[in-house]
Amino acid sequence: MEHSSLAGRIFRGVALTLILIFFMFPIVWIFLMSFQTNEQILRIPPRILFEPTFANYEALISGQLRTAAGNLQISFMRNLFNSVVLSSAAVLLALLLGVPAAYAFARFKFRLGESIAFTLLSFRFAPPLLVLLPLSLYYQELGLNDTYFGIVWVYQLIALPLILWIVRGYFEDISPDIEHAYRLAGHSWREAFTRIAVPLAGPGIAAAGLLSFIFCWNNFVFALILASADKQPVTVGALAFVTASGIQYGQIAAAIVLSVTPTLLLALYAQRYLVEGLSLGAVKG
Amino acid sequence: MDMLELRGIDKVYRSRGKAPVHAVRALDMAVEKGEIVALLGSSGCGKTSTLRMIAGFEDVSAGSIALGGRRIHELPPARRKVAMAFEGYSLYPPLTVRENIAFALKSAQLPRAEVTRRVDEIARLVEIEDILDSYPRAISGGQQQRVSLARALVRDADLYLLDEPMGQLEPQLRAVLRGRIKSLLAERGMTAIFVTHDQTEASALADRIAVMEGGVLQQFASEKELKGRPANLFVASFIGEPPMNLLDAGVTQSDGGFRLSVGTDMAFDINGAGLDSEAAKALAGAPQVRIGIRPQKIVVGTGDVRVKVVSNQWLGDQSHVAGDCGGRMLIAVTSGRVAARPGDIVPFALEPRHLHIFGSDGTCIRHAEVS
Repeated sequence: MEHSSLAGRIFRGVALTLILIFFMFPIVWIFLMSFQTNEQILRIPPRILFEPTFANYEALISGQLRTAAGNLQISFMRNLFNSVVLSSAAVLLALLLGVPAAYAFARFKFRLGESIAFTLLSFRFAPPLLVLLPLSLYYQELGLNDTYFGIVWVYQLIALPLILWIVRGYFEDISPDIEHAYRLAGHSWREAFTRIAVPLAGPGIAAAGLLSFIFCWNNFVFALILASADKQPVTVGALAFVTASGIQYGQIAAAIVLSVTPTLLLALYAQRYLVEGLSLGAVKG
Repeated sequence: MDMLELRGIDKVYRSRGKAPVHAVRALDMAVEKGEIVALLGSSGCGKTSTLRMIAGFEDVSAGSIALGGRRIHELPPARRKVAMAFEGYSLYPPLTVRENIAFALKSAQLPRAEVTRRVDEIARLVEIEDILDSYPRAISGGQQQRVSLARALVRDADLYLLDEPMGQLEPQLRAVLRGRIKSLLAERGMTAIFVTHDQTEASALADRIAVMEGGVLQQFASEKELKGRPANLFVASFIGEPPMNLLDAGVTQSDGGFRLSVGTDMAFDINGAGLDSEAAKALAGAPQVRIGIRPQKIVVGTGDVRVKVVSNQWLGDQSHVAGDCGGRMLIAVTSGRVAARPGDIVPFALEPRHLHIFGSDGTCIRHAEVS
């Protein structure tokens, strides 16, 4: 890297800047929008310089949406809370079920093993709406409609296959002999799983957990059908900004900023460990 | 008493959609306490499968394994009292070399001073004292292999299993370590089985060598016996460097004995009086046999077999002369230097008493006389 020429360095800088602008532009624009009123946003041509307002954030946090047609109650903070609860619970449950399952698929050959693994993956093929219609009927029968548990359960369709398949690959990369050596030193396979396999696959488990958290967080249609207002996450809650007197772009932008923040923080936090863990994972001799 | 006893071990790997692989067949083997045994064979001969069944990573398909009088083949690996050095080293990546070696001792709750003493001792033996605080990813393959070896040898176990323990080491170091490990094992009366495909290593380290091929134990004996009295054609051709010369011979009865003719170029008279009755019966019933003679037993420069020299190599302490005799290749090894160029005609002397005779099924009919 240190040996590249000046022209090469300049080219790399320019290319990186262009890519950064391309990818970051929507996020920056939304961030700017969140500090503007609807009138400022809809002005043509749009301006980069404007007088920032915190009205959008105020409205979201206080739950009072002022529109031309009058005051509107919104429960954005409640939605945000729901999102956190639902996504975290779904990922935790999926990790609890998926990591041991991934280990089993990676280490043991058993009857129908591959078929089961593939079936779990195939849950991701089906359009969610196809699953939802029969599911909502079942949920009504079972009394799971509009419960946190019901939504966490249906989120397993998103999180479980993802975790299973990613973590399985990580387990397969760990030489079984490392666990064998541990077992010969006087430990059961259960200990070999918790003390050797899981820590060594740690970065993979973290990556899979993070990805499925993001997918759960961004899910819209499951909660739209299966939950009512007080259990709905931000993705569904954002519908409230499409009001009778028009679409509240400023508040939508602020809502996006607020709802992106937790996943962004989580990703930044986890990134450190992901990189660290991956460089430690020199498993193969 | 036998320390390790394998009785009728079978191992069949079954996977869906593929023909089952019979990796080990009807293996019977007994290893005495304090004995060092080599499992020798080419890749895929079942030697590593055997090792892994003893360690408990593979189930036996049939048969039983007893270690120190305990039936162990149904026990989990943790309770078999077996230590193993893996071919792929399999060190724990997050632990330093010292922690890797000390791991099992700590698990066994030995006092800290004792652990340190033993780790330092074994580290000195395999020459890794200066990397004890490194991590496995930061050291070379040869060093990792020595760490893996140290991790196994440092333990108290009834049996030590070493899978290709020195495959990655440089030749000089290998020779030194072989000597040290052999004296360590002998000093402590440790019983060990190691897998190798290197004959020199097997001969140098092992008390007895088990030669395996196609999942079947061909012969289990000392190196001297394998060389002098090979049980069958496979062992005869597998053991020894360069390999034994093998020739097809026709058998005719002559007065009081047998005449083995190799084409029209060579003929050997075997005195019937020197044969036991079984061998005589086998020879009488076999029109064709294979005869073998060690390259070291062929004398160059005298004799009545005329060969055309194909190559003549001086290796510093011995000559390897390869010659063609009526389309058959003969290799002779002599301790002196031979003045012959490719194309020269040189006499070779092959004495009947040095011939091993094998039947058409590969079993040995008569061994060469020990000289």
